[in-house]
Amino acid sequence: MQQESLSSISAPKPETIVETATEKNEIATVKKLNGDLIFRYLTTFFALSILAILALMLIEMTGESMPSIKAFGWDFVTSSEWDAVQEVFGALPYLYGSVVSSVLALLLATPLSIGAALFITEIAPKRWGAIIAPLVELLAAIPSVIYGLWGVLIMAPWLQSTVQPFLIEHFGFLPFFQGAPYGVSMLAAVFILMIMVVPIITSITREVLLAVPQSQKEAAIALGATRWETIKIAILPYGKSGILGAAILGLGRAIGETMAVTMVIGNAPNMSLSLLSPAYTMPSVIANEFAETTSTLHASALMEIGLILMVVTLIINALARLLIWSVSESAGGAL
Amino acid sequence: MMHGMAFRKAKNHLMTLMMLAATAAVLIPLGLIFFHIMKMGLSSLSLDFFTQIPKPTGEAGGGMANGMAGSMIMIGMASLIGLPIGIFGAIYLAEYGGGKLSTGIRFAADVLSGTPSIITGMVAYTLLVVPMKGFSALAGSVALAMIMIPIVLRTTEEQLKMVPGSLREASLALGVPMWRTSLKVTLRSALSGVLTGVLLAIARVAGETAPLLFTALGNQFWSKKVTEPMAAIPLQIFSFAIAPYEDWHQLAWAGALVLVSVMFCLSLTARYFGRSRHHG
Repeated sequence: MQQESLSSISAPKPETIVETATEKNEIATVKKLNGDLIFRYLTTFFALSILAILALMLIEMTGESMPSIKAFGWDFVTSSEWDAVQEVFGALPYLYGSVVSSVLALLLATPLSIGAALFITEIAPKRWGAIIAPLVELLAAIPSVIYGLWGVLIMAPWLQSTVQPFLIEHFGFLPFFQGAPYGVSMLAAVFILMIMVVPIITSITREVLLAVPQSQKEAAIALGATRWETIKIAILPYGKSGILGAAILGLGRAIGETMAVTMVIGNAPNMSLSLLSPAYTMPSVIANEFAETTSTLHASALMEIGLILMVVTLIINALARLLIWSVSESAGGAL
Repeated sequence: MMHGMAFRKAKNHLMTLMMLAATAAVLIPLGLIFFHIMKMGLSSLSLDFFTQIPKPTGEAGGGMANGMAGSMIMIGMASLIGLPIGIFGAIYLAEYGGGKLSTGIRFAADVLSGTPSIITGMVAYTLLVVPMKGFSALAGSVALAMIMIPIVLRTTEEQLKMVPGSLREASLALGVPMWRTSLKVTLRSALSGVLTGVLLAIARVAGETAPLLFTALGNQFWSKKVTEPMAAIPLQIFSFAIAPYEDWHQLAWAGALVLVSVMFCLSLTARYFGRSRHHG
């Protein structure tokens, strides 16, 4: 290259100089274009593969569910007969167990989480908050199987020996607390789910509360509001939809939770009002039966439960994200 | 509604107390879980845990050496599959994104990360276990990779977006092609943040049990090939915890202690990298 330019200087022929220059430029652009194009296609390919994975999941789940959908139709969600030998499958007890355990866990967890998030952001000294907040986030990362281990070996025996006899003795007239104390039960599932979703709801609620503008609080304080009144009139209304989003995200987590619930709920397809009786959930029945299915229809029925689970969590998560985004975007922050 | 000052103050104190009680109610069960993992785990942990495979119940000793190796192998393979897809996908979103396609991809990633992990196990089962006619570590790794991808994608994209545009422009103005700029300037400046996301994704899948139930299945012995069923720590904790034998429970507690310790180390390292970025 150097030789070329030297020779063109020593022998000044205008046309050749122009020619070589354009030639070089063309070569350079072609080279650059190729590298960039390949890179662009490559990254696009990898990005698209995420869409492909989701599509593949939906197609596979739907396809594998078809035999069950065709065989049972709507009976699948209204019947409670689940018999692998007769090949009759109705998933109602699992739907019931999932809905009851998650909703009850959420009802217990949400007020506790909001209280804790308010305490961390508004009441506690900054230093306490700086210790508690990362601690809560670490807890959200503990694997589900470890909650299950603790639940089945520590919590369930404690429920059986202490809490359940107490409930039977004093509240046994209510339909919710009837039967024998088994330990593993709907009550155990509700408690373990509550313990598991509390860190998630607390840390998202905390971020939502941090996004509340200082001016909102100052306005309330300037009006002479006490700390609680400030929270009630300025902070909570502002973060309302974000907190709702956090709770719904917790619900999505609770419904899809598999290992811990499988380990403590007792895995019996009951639809009892009593919280003391063992129950079953959608993810638990998949976890227990899918590796040892007896027929194609059995596998297909479990696939259909999986499909229902996937669609339900999809709707719940989409709703939660919209709510949380609406708050963080209006506050100009990113969660 | 007007109330006297004394009433308002009393209410303020009452609600403050309730918030304190809620915080305690949140922290106490979690503190108990930690306490029990430490207490039961430390008393059951021995050198055998790291060198032996599980022994039949009744025999003393035994460990989870095969589970630790299995977890490491499957996490390694999952990273080989999942990290390139996640990171390159994130480069697309950060550098070329902005259109409807990117919104769709972000939405798909969010949906994927919200999908219960047992579903990824079922999908990996139909895609790999059925055609290959057997449970395998490979299928387990694919299921884990499907969980890693959305996490790595979103954290990497966030980090790449934080790199100032002026750095990219400076590189492009020097005539460096776009692809080299993306890899050598943008990705490299965001490296510590990207690493944080990668470590958090690894910590997340290290504890996953449900996606392995019908893919890797678990193995009482050593696995020789990745096309065979393979043991993993979370699977072993699960099967030992629900078994009715006291010595297996001990082993499960030791496994829980090791798993939690590894995850906390990963998470602390991730935090360290995340922090050094903000300071430098």
